[in-house]
Amino acid sequence: MANAVTSSLSLPARAGAPATRDTALTRWLLTGVALTFLGVFLILPLVVVFAEALREGFGVYLKIFQDPDALAAIRLTLIAAGVSVPLNVVFGLCAAWAITKFKFRGRSLLVTLIDLPIAVSPVVAGLIYVLVFGRQGWLGPWLAEHDIKIIFAVPGIVLATVFITFPYVARELIPLMEEQGVEEEQAAMTLGARGWTMFRRVTLPNIRWALLYGVILCNARAMGEFGAVSVVSGHIRGQTNTLPLHVEILYNEYSFVAAFATASLLAILAIITLVLKSAVEYRVRRQMELSARMGDES
Amino acid sequence: MRRLFKRRPGKIPGFPLTMGITVTYLGLIVLIPLAGLVLKTANLSWSQFWATITDDRVTASLRLSIGASLAAATINLFFGFMAAWVLVRYPFPGRKIVDALVDLPFAMPTAVSGIALTALYARNGWLGGPLSHVGIDGAFSRFGIVIALTFIGLPFVVRTLQPALSDLDAEIEEAAASLGAGRLQTVGRVVVPAVLPALLAGFAMAFARAVGEYGSVVFISGNMPMKTEITPLLIVTKLEQYDVAGATSIALTLLGFSFTMLLVVNGIQVWNTARTRA
Repeated sequence: MANAVTSSLSLPARAGAPATRDTALTRWLLTGVALTFLGVFLILPLVVVFAEALREGFGVYLKIFQDPDALAAIRLTLIAAGVSVPLNVVFGLCAAWAITKFKFRGRSLLVTLIDLPIAVSPVVAGLIYVLVFGRQGWLGPWLAEHDIKIIFAVPGIVLATVFITFPYVARELIPLMEEQGVEEEQAAMTLGARGWTMFRRVTLPNIRWALLYGVILCNARAMGEFGAVSVVSGHIRGQTNTLPLHVEILYNEYSFVAAFATASLLAILAIITLVLKSAVEYRVRRQMELSARMGDES
Repeated sequence: MRRLFKRRPGKIPGFPLTMGITVTYLGLIVLIPLAGLVLKTANLSWSQFWATITDDRVTASLRLSIGASLAAATINLFFGFMAAWVLVRYPFPGRKIVDALVDLPFAMPTAVSGIALTALYARNGWLGGPLSHVGIDGAFSRFGIVIALTFIGLPFVVRTLQPALSDLDAEIEEAAASLGAGRLQTVGRVVVPAVLPALLAGFAMAFARAVGEYGSVVFISGNMPMKTEITPLLIVTKLEQYDVAGATSIALTLLGFSFTMLLVVNGIQVWNTARTRA
């Protein structure tokens, strides 16, 4: 559903033809209003994070990161992303392969189902795992008997993160591989390439930028997820707090500088994501145009 | 010609393996847990379910969530259109940076956005101060909720509109202009109808996302029951009070809404494809 956001491929500006050009006044006015709106809604929140984090000076800012709870939160965030990104890469590749290289019934239903986690409220995403693995859940009694803890423990956090980031790789690969079709793979097969070799030598080079793009989005979402993780975490300091949850705890304890300092780490991550995203986007678009052109010619 | 050669099953290898992994993983991670939610609610009697979701506190939260989300999506409809227009049509210095920043609400963790917006709109904040002089409570109010939801929905409208606006054929605008239409008439009668599906899809996505949004809202909303308590927060509250049945009933209502919006957005896209082909 969030198609527009995740595969936003920005397009070059176009100067209007003379007959349809807006007057200079209109241009200035519209640009002014739009930039003010974007400035208030996008730039100010970003600036305020760093302003609040550095309120008591750089020395105090750096001390925050010596807090063992903060370090534990960073570690857990890395674990959650480290598990969910590779899992969703494997899934994304498989799903895109099955969906774009073959025709079968229920294909469009499958595509819709893959998008489902984006449409579901994060809180509901957390809740469904509580209903399965929680104390009163389906598997609750069995898990308690075997002394396995999923909810209010690390596995629950990882699961919720996997759910939230589920579609991001698949949905970047599907449109591109759809456009590329199967000609190149068929040519490779005629030349004697089989299965894995064909995938590695032919498909992978064709989709590498889109794959990277999906990984960037998936990772940003994994490290930043709050609602779903919050429901399954139990908020045990030093154990089940990810970075975003740690920010919340500090903020609710009125440790504002510490909260914003921790938040600034995540804001830096967001900025890096945006930079990488813009850099890769251009290459994905080029690959897409190339495939579309080749498709038209054949 | 191309269609004929596309996808001949049996020639390309790997279908059973990749399809098997896809369906198994989808089932385990998404479908079975979601089915669990539906089955859990099925344990309740209809009257129990109905009593839960028509409780005053629940209906107040639903009204607030839906109302504030509609308000935010509407703000984004106007300003998002303007932003997309400016980004597509007018070259200005720093355009690329501004364009990249449009995705910030998506890239920034919601908890970070939440505390940043709260700091900005609280009475001692950069924007909350001036607002309080004109009698508006920036944070801990419904106003604050709409602000947070506008922030979160902005990229949906802009990113859906940008490709539609740049795909627009310059000739139809020229034709309208040469037939004597004024600029405003051309935009209102030609451009807006042409990008209407994108506009509607963006609006629907921003709206749907806002109704389920949690992280960026809970800090700025103040969370007063009956006044500034959004529906996702109420689910969390019920769960913390061990009212699993209550939380599940409200969650199912929200899930039903998500499904409906997913169908609406898909419908708009199908309509758009049909329209462009015609």
